[in-house]
Amino acid sequence: MEKRVVFRSAWLPYALLVPQIAVTIVFFFWPAAQAFWFSFQLQDAFGISTEFAGLRNFADLLRDEHYLASFKSTAVFSLLVAASGIAISLLLATMADRVLRGALAYKTLLIWPYAVAPAVAGVLWAFLFAPSIGIVTYVIRKAGYNWDWVLQGDQAMLLVVMAATWKQISYNFLFFLAGLQSIPRSLVEAAAIDGAGPSRRFWTIVFPLLSPTTFFLLVVNIVYAFFDTFGVIDSTTQGGPAGATQILVYKVYYDGVKAGDLGGSSAQSVILMLIVIALTVAQFRFIERKVQY
Amino acid sequence: MRTKIRVGVLAGAVLLSGTAGAQTEIHWWHSMQGALNDKVNELANGFNASQKEYKVVAIFKGQYPESMTAAIAAFRAGNAPHILQVFEVGTATMMGAKGAIKPVYELMKEAGEPFDAKNYLPAVAGYYTDSKGNMLSLPFNSSTPVFYVNKDAFKKAGLDGTAPKTWKEFAAVAGKLKASGQQCVYSTGWPAWVHVENFSAWHNLPIGTRENGIAGTDTEFKINSPQHVRHVEMLADFAKRGLFTYSGRKNEAEARFFSGECAMLTSSSGAQANIRRNAKFDFSVNFLPYHDDIKGAPQNSIIGGASLWVMTGKKPAEYRGVTKFFSYLSSTGVQVDWHKSTGYVPITNAAYEATKKDGYYEKVPGADIAVRQLANKAPTPNSKGLRFGNYVQGREVIEEEMEGVFAGKKDAKTAMEEATRRGNEILRKFQAANKS
Repeated sequence: MEKRVVFRSAWLPYALLVPQIAVTIVFFFWPAAQAFWFSFQLQDAFGISTEFAGLRNFADLLRDEHYLASFKSTAVFSLLVAASGIAISLLLATMADRVLRGALAYKTLLIWPYAVAPAVAGVLWAFLFAPSIGIVTYVIRKAGYNWDWVLQGDQAMLLVVMAATWKQISYNFLFFLAGLQSIPRSLVEAAAIDGAGPSRRFWTIVFPLLSPTTFFLLVVNIVYAFFDTFGVIDSTTQGGPAGATQILVYKVYYDGVKAGDLGGSSAQSVILMLIVIALTVAQFRFIERKVQY
Repeated sequence: MRTKIRVGVLAGAVLLSGTAGAQTEIHWWHSMQGALNDKVNELANGFNASQKEYKVVAIFKGQYPESMTAAIAAFRAGNAPHILQVFEVGTATMMGAKGAIKPVYELMKEAGEPFDAKNYLPAVAGYYTDSKGNMLSLPFNSSTPVFYVNKDAFKKAGLDGTAPKTWKEFAAVAGKLKASGQQCVYSTGWPAWVHVENFSAWHNLPIGTRENGIAGTDTEFKINSPQHVRHVEMLADFAKRGLFTYSGRKNEAEARFFSGECAMLTSSSGAQANIRRNAKFDFSVNFLPYHDDIKGAPQNSIIGGASLWVMTGKKPAEYRGVTKFFSYLSSTGVQVDWHKSTGYVPITNAAYEATKKDGYYEKVPGADIAVRQLANKAPTPNSKGLRFGNYVQGREVIEEEMEGVFAGKKDAKTAMEEATRRGNEILRKFQAANKS
């Protein structure tokens, strides 16, 4: 199966790599190194006076119980987003895979939300569920339930989870659908002949064969929830009420970009970077073992 | 995508500037959107048409925090604009950046431009002057919180339509409104600005030590006083009894008022234009309610909005242009028009007098409430304004804690103590980073 292209020239492969490496260095390594450097400094917003602060930025953060609380909200948020995103899209993909008529229309509609920018998705959901004018709010209120995410932290969390998940379902759906279509029909049919029902066929044959896809999506979704969701939060709750939806990446953005606290923001981004590295390593070490390729 | 557009706009501006020829260009970065953006362009065009030597180029740079971030990045890269519009909470950050800003009083003196800080409304100018009375930035768009009342809803509840003056009267009125079936009795925009900052000034209580931070960065918050705690407690009690509906940290409450959902509102005087356009009921604009058992109340309220800062490192000719433009902005005709068309308060005494003389306040009742409330008494060190470092974060901390109280998760005392403690940590950090 392995295909190998052999380069005769000594420099050509390196030359071909240069653009990619340059992009990675300029847009990833360089800012990351800068963040690392800034995290040990105390600086005014304009960068006029800079002073080495040692570990002060980190110590300040770790003493702040609200910062520690945002670890918890981040964990809750990412678990909910990743788990519900994967579960819902798997369900949708299995159903879309069985549709015979109009399959293309279903698939297109399911992929559509991926084209929506996170901020737009946030605004959309915020409008639907707005405490005073939201159309869904109206229905919920009619049902006798007090819906007010502007003040109720749990409801605010639910809202941002819904908005963030909705946006990610399309992406997951695409991968699951491709995964399902690559499962040999003969395996499923053989099981059916042996008398296995649809649910048993799914759990013993289809799901294990999908495990590489599921694992990949788990990693991608966790990274998405950690890093890519601040647009959703910025356009809906802005971390409120009372910090209930203040996830780590949003605080990095808020403190650094909006509040001009570069040292504090950099220290947070270094911590965040460490967490994601640790999470990814853990996922590959412990969960990947259960994956059957 | 956005950065691309920005680069495009910049490139366009650079191209345009190439064709301008002998005129000295002055770049003005601002955050005024929609109708206000048009108004800003009108100001620049008006100035450009009034003389030949200078050309002011007004550039929209995104919302307040964004344009400030953009200017900081531009300053670091060595191409800051001449004039930058900065919102009130960024004042301390700008002041702390001594090498980045050129104080307005100094600029005017150097250019020999006639300028007297006394011509400006004290409650407006005070916010942007140092403790020696020197004006550091030019006030531009200023507003203050006022109290709006839906008179039709009042009548429906059997009330005569006069707005309550004190919080005691307010509670009685609110109860009657509730009893008449009013779903949302009262809501507020900008909770920290209205119920902590302006509450303090209005009752002549300090928000922080060292003249609310104006006299030095070694300031500490004082918002855990018994009076502050009692006020927040009162709001929480209103919330529990369904007399107060929390709407969010910005101006979300305004739409709830002009749609008729909420019968009373405290929010920016700048909301008037919008309310006037949308409300299908009779309403009045009033002074903020006060607690009549706190001595000295009502004092005067403080402003919000933005001012214009001048950046360092520009040529003398360009600075002369800036001073001419500032004089143009402060001229009575321009200010009267700005005040009438935007609802922001006039920044000079002369403009206020001229508007009054012209009978505008009889024609549009309520339009003068903001100025009268700002000038209710001569400002004291407690009511001159405030200057807290990293106050974008500080205000957020206060709002977080208040939300905890309104949701019934915290009592007012704990929350205000917490807000003070957390706020002071932010102040100490700012002080350490801005020593020089």
